[in-house]
Amino acid sequence: MEELVNLFHGFAVALQPFNIMVMVLGIVLGVLIGVLPGLGGANGVAILLPLTFSMPPTSAIIMLSCIYWGALFGGAITSILFNIPGEPWSVATTFDGYPMAQQGKAGEALTAAFTSSFVGALFAVVMITLVAPLVASFALQFGPAEKFAVYFLAFCSFVGLSKEPPFKTIAAMMIGFALAAVGLDSITGQLRLTFGITHLLNGFDFLIAVIGLFGIGEILLTMEEGLAFRGGNAKINLRVVIQTWKELPSYWVTSVRSCLIGCWMGVTPAGATPASFMSYGIAKRVSKRGSNFGKGEIEGVVAPETAAHAAGTAALLPMLSLGVPGSPTAAVLLGGLLIWGLQPGPMLFVEQKEFVWGLIASMYLGNIVGLIVVLTCVPVFAAILRVPFSIIAPLILVLCAIGAYSVHSSTFDVVLMLVFGVIGYLLKKCNYPLAPLVLAIVLGDKAEEAFRQSLLGSQGSLGIFFSNTLVSTIMALGLVALFWSLIQQGYTRLRGEVHKPA
Amino acid sequence: MTTGSSNAGPAHKLVEAGVTLLIALFGAIVIAGSLKAGVNWGAEGPRAGFFPFYIGIFIVASSAINLWNGLRDGDDGLFAEWGQLRQVMSVVIPTAIYVGAMPFTGLYIASMVFIAWFMRWLGKYPWLTVLAVSLGMPIITYFIFERWFLVPLPKGPVEEWLGL
Repeated sequence: MEELVNLFHGFAVALQPFNIMVMVLGIVLGVLIGVLPGLGGANGVAILLPLTFSMPPTSAIIMLSCIYWGALFGGAITSILFNIPGEPWSVATTFDGYPMAQQGKAGEALTAAFTSSFVGALFAVVMITLVAPLVASFALQFGPAEKFAVYFLAFCSFVGLSKEPPFKTIAAMMIGFALAAVGLDSITGQLRLTFGITHLLNGFDFLIAVIGLFGIGEILLTMEEGLAFRGGNAKINLRVVIQTWKELPSYWVTSVRSCLIGCWMGVTPAGATPASFMSYGIAKRVSKRGSNFGKGEIEGVVAPETAAHAAGTAALLPMLSLGVPGSPTAAVLLGGLLIWGLQPGPMLFVEQKEFVWGLIASMYLGNIVGLIVVLTCVPVFAAILRVPFSIIAPLILVLCAIGAYSVHSSTFDVVLMLVFGVIGYLLKKCNYPLAPLVLAIVLGDKAEEAFRQSLLGSQGSLGIFFSNTLVSTIMALGLVALFWSLIQQGYTRLRGEVHKPA
Repeated sequence: MTTGSSNAGPAHKLVEAGVTLLIALFGAIVIAGSLKAGVNWGAEGPRAGFFPFYIGIFIVASSAINLWNGLRDGDDGLFAEWGQLRQVMSVVIPTAIYVGAMPFTGLYIASMVFIAWFMRWLGKYPWLTVLAVSLGMPIITYFIFERWFLVPLPKGPVEEWLGL
């Protein structure tokens, strides 16, 4: 009850005219950042941090978090329209969002993505408001073995649920892990797999790989077909929005499940990327239209978007209550809090009540403002689809180059991007899935760290991954996911045997 | 693998086998690099090469299975027609030149030439449209990235001369 009273005080703070203006400005800037490849939420928040130095802390954090919401919404736009996921958690959105755009249903896909993001984020904010202290204490119990088990589950569900041959999925995933291992080893501080090349000291950034594999690779595939842009014309107007909204409630089970997956993954903190993949995979497996996933199924947009935003929002919970950021963007926001002399942690809720609840209230309002802004601007995004390919292709290539360059201000990264582009084209043509490769580059470091820390704790015994109920359950779920198709085949055969004698 | 007719091109099986072998080679490089970093148990637990070593083994093993499956597969189709590959190369080569020129000319001049080339030769657009887009895009880029977001982009002698 006390939380509700505090929340109302928070709304009073967030609803001040200056804060509302800051919110709209933040969302617009965020969408802009999200649409530009290579400039993700974390970069955007970091770059725009100085803009907020002159503001009161509450307004400043409202603006920064709204840039974050905007960037999350913007990521979906490029994923759906161009098959270029601006953020790793948008990768799963491309699986069905892009085919929908190709079929001329970009409006439906965008509306579904924005609305699902809104639902996911809203669910997570309600969760933060109500169960903050409880969930935070649970996350404290998570050791390295539990963390690794969560990653293991995410990767295994990929192998078991992928429509590509399992060994191709494994090969692609392992390439990603190997690329993630290049550079400085975070535990021993030793260099590895660099072979004396100084450019490789920092390792491979997932953004460079994503821009190359997906952005450039897709343009090369399109060029193979000639100069026809496969986006097609999309009718996007209020009617499409309302029609999609009428359809969305029928996916409520998917939404609720994705919200729960997202919140759990956000808090633990495995993050938004495995959340979106896992939610997509489970939806594909459980849904009646599962076989249609990957061909332009609206449910395939709803599941990853809802989970990613629930996770992204839930990641702010450990940041506020424990001072442990659950995502890179949360880490940048944490940096912002420290600049204003606010020490995140349990005491923040006591000492800076107004600030904390102002921020939480702004999460509610920021998402509503965000949804309105992006939906009203949809015709502008749709107009991009009508530009002929021979104009849009060089522009995308130049934007990709800028994005790749701006990650580390290095022209070597631009060369790498092109190499990844050609590799992406070849792998895609040879039926290797690219998503697990990217996921492994993103999570490789963290998964390895958790794995090695667990082994260190157990003196090298793998038994640590089955040492308590929590970790054993997650690992067992992972193994079931890994061998899912075999289990299913066995089950079908068994049922056949039972029916035969009759 | 004959050239000349319009629907000839490299066989899918052959290209796929090539890609699989390249992946296996990558796996072998990873194994070699890991061995150099140390794959056994050190004072601080598993050494730096421990994790990537097993990753490398997984890559080589799964490539062997993929190669076996690919060769056994009865797919006699084409990877792509020569004409299609020419189209792809007509983007890859200019993009490679664009990327290679960037450190010397800066991003803006290289982008202008690249966009203009693409629109004029592949899209056959009138010069006026070509000029408008190829000049407009770098200018907008300059304002968005360098002015608003303070992201410095690679510059060359022309930008220096203009004092940007």
